[in-house]
Amino acid sequence: MDLDVFRDPALARRLIDRITATATRPMTLMEVCGTHTVAIAKNGLRDVLPDSVRLLSGPGCPVCVTSNADIDTAIEFARQPGVTVATFGDMMKVPGSRSSLSREKADGHDVRVIYSPLDALALAEREPERHIVFIGVGFETTAPLIAAAIKRAHAAGLGNFSVFSAHKTVPAALGALVNDPEVAVEGLILPGHVSAIIGLAPYRFLAEEYRVPSVITGFEPVDVLQGVWMLVSQLAEGRAAVEIGYTRSVPEEGNPTARAMIEEVFEPADAEWRGIGVIPSTGLAIREEYATFDALLRVPVSPEPPVEIAGCQCGEVLRGVVLPYECRLFGTACVPEHPVGPCMVSSEGSCAAYYRYTDYGTA
Amino acid sequence: MCLAIPAQVKSVGELNMAEVDIMGVTRHVSLDLVPDAVVGDHVLVHAGFAIQVVDEQFARETMELIEQIEFIDSAEG
Ligand code: SF4
Repeated sequence: MDLDVFRDPALARRLIDRITATATRPMTLMEVCGTHTVAIAKNGLRDVLPDSVRLLSGPGCPVCVTSNADIDTAIEFARQPGVTVATFGDMMKVPGSRSSLSREKADGHDVRVIYSPLDALALAEREPERHIVFIGVGFETTAPLIAAAIKRAHAAGLGNFSVFSAHKTVPAALGALVNDPEVAVEGLILPGHVSAIIGLAPYRFLAEEYRVPSVITGFEPVDVLQGVWMLVSQLAEGRAAVEIGYTRSVPEEGNPTARAMIEEVFEPADAEWRGIGVIPSTGLAIREEYATFDALLRVPVSPEPPVEIAGCQCGEVLRGVVLPYECRLFGTACVPEHPVGPCMVSSEGSCAAYYRYTDYGTA
Repeated sequence: MCLAIPAQVKSVGELNMAEVDIMGVTRHVSLDLVPDAVVGDHVLVHAGFAIQVVDEQFARETMELIEQIEFIDSAEG
């Protein structure tokens, strides 16, 4: 399919003109998703929007919102004899309280970067003498495929594979955010690919209870501008609704097969979000039926109590309370090559996106 | 991390695995989450799994909608 049209400068210009004409008062919007943060920074969209529209970045980088306690746990798995940790690359350099997975690897522990949970299954099949612990980090976009991998492992009778489930679910966290008096957000650019799974219904409360306009948005420049236009239109008209701009990939019902997969393997659990705290029922614990694939039960570990990273304001950045370049360490002590906090490590972290793609990095 | 890339299904093999074309590169992905996808469909691929079928009709409608915005504008002005 030809996606070039979603990058068409002429269409983008039309939308920008329309946004400028509609946003006649200051309007603060938040892009929730890290992939949006990158798309917006990379395409310089903040610079082409009128001054009246302010875009804040939110908590939608799964690696960034992972708590130090969870990162410490992942690191502890890597230190166990006979255990191989398999992880998405983004997790490698994230600093926990005292170390990181990449430092553990340099110290001789077996940590492997994989692209898909299917690779972790293949690893388990190839190396039956090792126990493979897959570090499950991600939102509803990623959780169903980890669930599918667990089901595949179950069907194949794979005994040396388990998952550390540090997954998180998005909608309730948005409720906590818009309810936070420190966070002044009037409209939400909702994550496109989380929504491709969960659909529209789980967000309805944002408009109904909190009166915050919310639009599910795609990732090409024209998609993002369309999302912004839909949001400023709602604000100008005094409406609050949850709408889908990214209709080609997000049917209203999402992906029921994927949701059933999550339901079957996981159950809701409380989860700690960096910067936000514990939010009830936003984690996914492995159900008892699949307990043999739960790394926490298979390879018991007890990491030391977590400590926060001195000077890092990642937690405030994730709530849109502090902009990345307002952190004193931004661009000096903290740069992508030697990051201090997770928001600078992950390719989708707000600090990394601002540093790489805007001139704040050099200013 | 929620990045998903559009791909086209080329063939469907055993164990729900499909061959897809991602901008000229062939990859093997699981169709566990989109059991209704058929050869020729465009799908979104995330970490080795197709997670959604992309609807071309809706893609076209979005474009028409955006084009109409300007049409209304020039009609007004
Ligand atoms: S710039 Fe670095 S230290 Fe500052 S908030 Fe971002 S990640 Fe943390």
